[in-house]
Amino acid sequence: MNGMNSMNEPTSLAPALAVENAPPATATGGSLSVKAVALVVALAALPLALPDYFVFQATMLLMYAIAVLGLNILMGYNGQISIGHSAFFAIGAYCSAICMDRFGMPFWATLPLAAGASFAFGFLMGFPALRLGGIYLALATFALAMATPQLLKYKLIEAWTGGVQGIVVLKPESPFTSPVAGVQVSDDYWFYLLTLAVAVVLFWLASNLLRGRIGRALIAIRDHPVAASAMGINLPVVKSVTFGISAAYTGVAGALSAVAVGFVSPDSFPGFLSITLLVAAVVGGLGSVQGAFFGALFILLIPNFAEQISKSAPSAIYGVLLLVVMVLMPRGVAGALMSLWARVASPAAVPSDPTLQTKE
Amino acid sequence: MESFLQQVVAGLVSGGVYALLALALVMIYQATHHMNFAQGEMATFSTFVAWSLIQAGWPYWGAFFATLALSFLGGVAIQRVVVRPFEKASPLTNVVVFVALLLIFNALSGLLFHHDVRTFPSPFPKDAWFASSLIPAHGLGSIGVMLIVVGALYAFLRFTPLGLAMRAAALNPGSARLVGVRVSWMLALGWGLAAAIGAVAGMMIAPLVFLDPNMMGGVLLYAFASALLGGIDNPWGAALGGFIVGVAENLLGAYVIGTDLKLTVALVLIVGILTVRPSGLFGKIVVTRV
Repeated sequence: MNGMNSMNEPTSLAPALAVENAPPATATGGSLSVKAVALVVALAALPLALPDYFVFQATMLLMYAIAVLGLNILMGYNGQISIGHSAFFAIGAYCSAICMDRFGMPFWATLPLAAGASFAFGFLMGFPALRLGGIYLALATFALAMATPQLLKYKLIEAWTGGVQGIVVLKPESPFTSPVAGVQVSDDYWFYLLTLAVAVVLFWLASNLLRGRIGRALIAIRDHPVAASAMGINLPVVKSVTFGISAAYTGVAGALSAVAVGFVSPDSFPGFLSITLLVAAVVGGLGSVQGAFFGALFILLIPNFAEQISKSAPSAIYGVLLLVVMVLMPRGVAGALMSLWARVASPAAVPSDPTLQTKE
Repeated sequence: MESFLQQVVAGLVSGGVYALLALALVMIYQATHHMNFAQGEMATFSTFVAWSLIQAGWPYWGAFFATLALSFLGGVAIQRVVVRPFEKASPLTNVVVFVALLLIFNALSGLLFHHDVRTFPSPFPKDAWFASSLIPAHGLGSIGVMLIVVGALYAFLRFTPLGLAMRAAALNPGSARLVGVRVSWMLALGWGLAAAIGAVAGMMIAPLVFLDPNMMGGVLLYAFASALLGGIDNPWGAALGGFIVGVAENLLGAYVIGTDLKLTVALVLIVGILTVRPSGLFGKIVVTRV
C-alpha cells in the first residue's frame, strides 16, 4: 500500500529525536536548563546591541516562530496537513484587535481569548478532518485559506471587523517611563520582551508535551493510525484537540502580529500566508521544535532581499527550495544540523542518516 | 425570467471551465490519488504561452493547438522530472511538492509575463451566427469546446488501445504492469493530458476575466468543488459537477448571498461534500481495509 511505504521517513524520525534528546536530559539536566536560561537572557538583551529597526524584526521573528511551531505540531508531529493556517492567524489577530479596540481590554488579557477562539475554530475544522485523510484535509484547509479574506470583509460583521478598512491597533505602553538599570525600555522593546515571554512559555510547553506521553501519541497516530488506536489512543479526540492546539498557537502569533504591525485588515491574511507558513515549517524542519526558529528566520529574511529582484522572486525561491529540501533534507534545516552535529560530536559512530528516503 | 435564464446560462459558461479544470484534476487523481494544487497555475502559465504566441502574430487556432501540444509536453516533463521521484512518498510530501509547483508556476508567470492585467482574445466573433441575446458567442463557443474535449477524451479512453492501457494502469497498476503496460509512462501521459485540458480551460476563461498570474486562484477552488461533487475518481461526474457548481454559484451570487462571498460557497461546498458524502454523486465508495 502507498500508505505503508510512506511510513519509512517519519518512523525513523522519532527514535532519532529520542536518542539525541534523552542522554543530555537525564545526565546533565541541570546544565540544560542553565543553557536555556542563558539563551533567553541573551535573546532578551539582543535588541539592545542592535539598531531600533531590528527590534521590530526580532519581534516578528519570535511571532513567526510561534506560528510555525503551531503548524509543525500539526504537520510534523501529528501528520495532518494544513494549507489553511492563515485563517487561524487571522482569527487570533482579529480577536485581539476587536477586544482591544471595541472593549478597551489590555493586550495581555486578549491573548487567552485569541488562543481560545482559534482553538475553537481549529477544533471545528479538525472535526471534519477526522473523516478526511491526508490530501482531503489539505484541500479543505486550502479552501479555508482562500475564503478567509472574503469572510473578513463580510458586511454583517463589519461593525466588529471594520470591513475593508480593518482596525488600527495601539501598541501597549511600556510601564517603565524612566530608564531601568540604565536601559531605556521603549514601547517597542517592551513589546519585544512581552513577545519573548509568550514565546518562551509556548516553546517550553510544546517541547515538554511533545517529548512526553502526548508527543508519543501524536507521533504514533502519524506513523500508524491503526496501531495507535489499538494501543488505546483515542484517535478522534487526540486528532481534533491537536488541530485545536495547533490553531491556538498560530492564533496567539496572529494576535502578537496585530500589535506588532499595529493594524489588521482582511488583505493582511491572504491565502499566500498559509503557504508561507507551510514553507517555513518544511524548510525549518518537520517534527522539530527548534525547526520553527529556522523556518521563521527563513520567511522573514527571504522576502526582504528577494523582493528587490522581482515581485515574483520570493515565490520562485520558496518553490524551488521546497523541492530541494524535500529531496535533499526531508527533516529540514533543523534535521540537517542535528545529523551534522551528531557527526561532529561522535565521528567514531557515524550513524547512517536515518532520514534518507529508502527506495523500496 | 429573462434575467434568471441569463444567470443560468452564465453559470453554464463558467461551469464549463470548472468542468474542464475538474477533469484535469480527475485525470491525475484517478491514476495517482494525488490532488494537483498546481493545476490552476499551470493552466494560467499555458494561457500566457498562448497569449505570447498570438502576440507574435500566430492565428488564434494555430496558437491554441500549439499551446495544447506544449502544455502536454510540459505536463509529461513535470511528471517525469519533479513528481515521479515522490511517487511513493507520504501524502504530506506530495502536498508539499504540489505547493512547490504552484509557487514555481505562479512565479514563472510573473517573471516572464509580468503582473500587468491583459485582455485575451476570443476565437468566436461577437456577431457569430450562434450568438443571441441570451448567450454571447464566446459563452456558447466555450461550452462547445468543452463538450468536444470531453467527447474526445471519452473516445480516447474508451476506444483506443492506449486509452485502455491508461485505464488499466489507473485501476490496477500491479496487474497492468504484469501484462506489459508501462504504468509509469501512463501516469506521465495522464499528466500531459491534464496539462493540456487545463490549458483549454485557461484559454476559455481568459476572455471572460482578465489574464494575470493569479487568474486561476478562485477557479481552481471551484474546480475542486466540482470534482468532489461529481466524485473525484469519475471524469464524467466531474464534468457534470462543474456545470452544477457553475450554475449554483451564479444563482446564489445573484439572488441569495451576493458576490462578496463567492469563494466561501466553494469552501462550504468542499467541506460539506467531504463531510457528508466524500464519494460525491457518482464516485466510487472507498472502503479502507485494515
